[in-house]
Amino acid sequence: MARERAWLESSRAGDGEWRLTALGHWDLKAAGGLSGALDGFALDGGGAVSLDLSRLDAMDTVGAYLLSALSDRLKAAGHGVDLAAIRPEHAALFDAVREVGPPPVERAQTHRPILDMLERTGRTAVDGLREGRDLLSFLGLIAITFGRLIVNPRRLRFRSVMFHIEQTGLNALPILGLLSFLIGVVLAFQGADQLRRFGAELFVVNLLGVSILREIGILMTAIIVAGRSGSAFTAQIGTMKVNQEVDAISTLGLDVVELLVVPRALALMITLPLLAFYADIMGLFGGAVMSYATLDITFGQFIRQLHGAVTLPHFLVGLVKAPVFALVIAMVGCYEGLKVSGSAESVGTLTTKSVVESIFLVIVLDAVFSVLFSFLRL
Amino acid sequence: MAPFDDDQRTGAQEAVIRVRGLVTRFGPQVVHDGLDLDVRRGEVLGVVGGSGTGKSVLLKEILGLIRPADGRIELLGRDTAGLPESERVALQARTGVLFQNGALFSSMTVAQNVMVPLREHTDLSAALSAEIARVKIAMSGLPANAGTKFPSELSGGMIKRAGLARALALDPDILFLDEPTAGLDPIGAAAFDQLIRNLQRSLGLTVFMVTHDLDSLTSICDRIAVLVDKKIRVGTLEEHLRDPHPWIHDYFHGPRGRAARHAES
Repeated sequence: MARERAWLESSRAGDGEWRLTALGHWDLKAAGGLSGALDGFALDGGGAVSLDLSRLDAMDTVGAYLLSALSDRLKAAGHGVDLAAIRPEHAALFDAVREVGPPPVERAQTHRPILDMLERTGRTAVDGLREGRDLLSFLGLIAITFGRLIVNPRRLRFRSVMFHIEQTGLNALPILGLLSFLIGVVLAFQGADQLRRFGAELFVVNLLGVSILREIGILMTAIIVAGRSGSAFTAQIGTMKVNQEVDAISTLGLDVVELLVVPRALALMITLPLLAFYADIMGLFGGAVMSYATLDITFGQFIRQLHGAVTLPHFLVGLVKAPVFALVIAMVGCYEGLKVSGSAESVGTLTTKSVVESIFLVIVLDAVFSVLFSFLRL
Repeated sequence: MAPFDDDQRTGAQEAVIRVRGLVTRFGPQVVHDGLDLDVRRGEVLGVVGGSGTGKSVLLKEILGLIRPADGRIELLGRDTAGLPESERVALQARTGVLFQNGALFSSMTVAQNVMVPLREHTDLSAALSAEIARVKIAMSGLPANAGTKFPSELSGGMIKRAGLARALALDPDILFLDEPTAGLDPIGAAAFDQLIRNLQRSLGLTVFMVTHDLDSLTSICDRIAVLVDKKIRVGTLEEHLRDPHPWIHDYFHGPRGRAARHAES
């Protein structure tokens, strides 16, 4: 720059008084350079300072702040500072900025990395436990409401249940069917590859039958439904919460759990077993197609072998988990939705959380079921 | 370096916003038809009009958020249509906008919100922009601890003040306000009016205010622009009171208009 945009002239009178004159444009554009220059600014010796602002070309808030900070710093250094002159159009702004005053003294933050990490770990653990307790009490609330509805079934929102059956069940068929089919294909292909080494190709049917019916069919279904419908529950209820619709429901004397949660939970508990059955069939179908393609096992052979390999308990072990998973997914979805507060942003955060949490719980419960069934020798 | 440094003070009557022959159409519906408007430097202009007369549309057209069907809009002496990107950005840095609901970025604290324009448009150090943000937050009448709060933790009035602090971050020449007092209680609205008046004086702002608040109109506006018949009529309150146009008459002589004027006098 040919000349500086803003600068300060200092002169000392005979009686030892400093005279500081600010010149140029004290504004945002000059501030970057000015603040660096002013940080190191100091006057030799003591003595009063008179600040002349009457010859400024322009001043904005930043300029006013820098000048007022300068005068504060000179005061702190033991100079008596007084404002000698200022242009009337700048006076109001300068006063307004001066009124803001110095920044509040901040508590010095000490860094304790290990303690901080311990504290964070503890906090996360306690939060997790608290979340678990709240979910458990929400489950209780749903159970009580269910009980009330069994006593008085006319209060059940039948249309709402049907709507959610359509949304969570019927509309999920294409994606669930395709994915299950592909899982069946992959399983058959991998199984065939390994079993061929022992000349036991036909046992790929046993592998498919047991793994899909007992575990994979229901697990895939639950995970897809958690991603599809659990997130939708959170988003729907969360949006209603933001729009204060949930508050409106309460003030109209209606029960939020009865109106919003139970229909969703009930619908999902009806659809998830059906979806799981559908996923089983599609998975086996995918396996059969792949077996035919790579191992020349005909559909007739496949069915015969399957008949010998799996028994009704295999199928029921898979299916009995479905309503439990459904309840968990619906419960978590609705619970996180009801936790939405105020901002639209929290809808997004809690939707993510709801999906992660319900998939986590589904897999943990699946493991619990496995242990349980092995004790029961099923 | 901004290209318009020299047009800054060339007389009090200079128009900082000049609209000529503005036409706005939404499909077959004509909202503005040949609208002319001058906003003078240093004045507070209140813009009123019935629902659907295009108050907010006019605001958005001046800000360049909507493109008009025809007409010319000059902001600080520059035609806003067809400006090169760099000049458009420089022009935007000289205008500040307070949207109706604050439009604060919800993922940032109030102080971070105020620092966004400082970070994007200036080369200030982080420490200095934090200090400037603190000054603006205090000047907007927020308590010192408000800077660390998130928008979701603030009341409606505080959100508007925080939005104002962000709009003023770059010391703009023109401040646009979209219904600044809507949703505030009368005491909060009066305090907000006063705040705008004080800031306008100390920062030398030109204020373009879309409002429905008759108290704001009578207490802080220098001139009032009324959108009627797809055009605009600008005048002082006294001039509008004498206007025989039926809508303007009903507006200022209705029970609420009378009450506001009575309270003022």
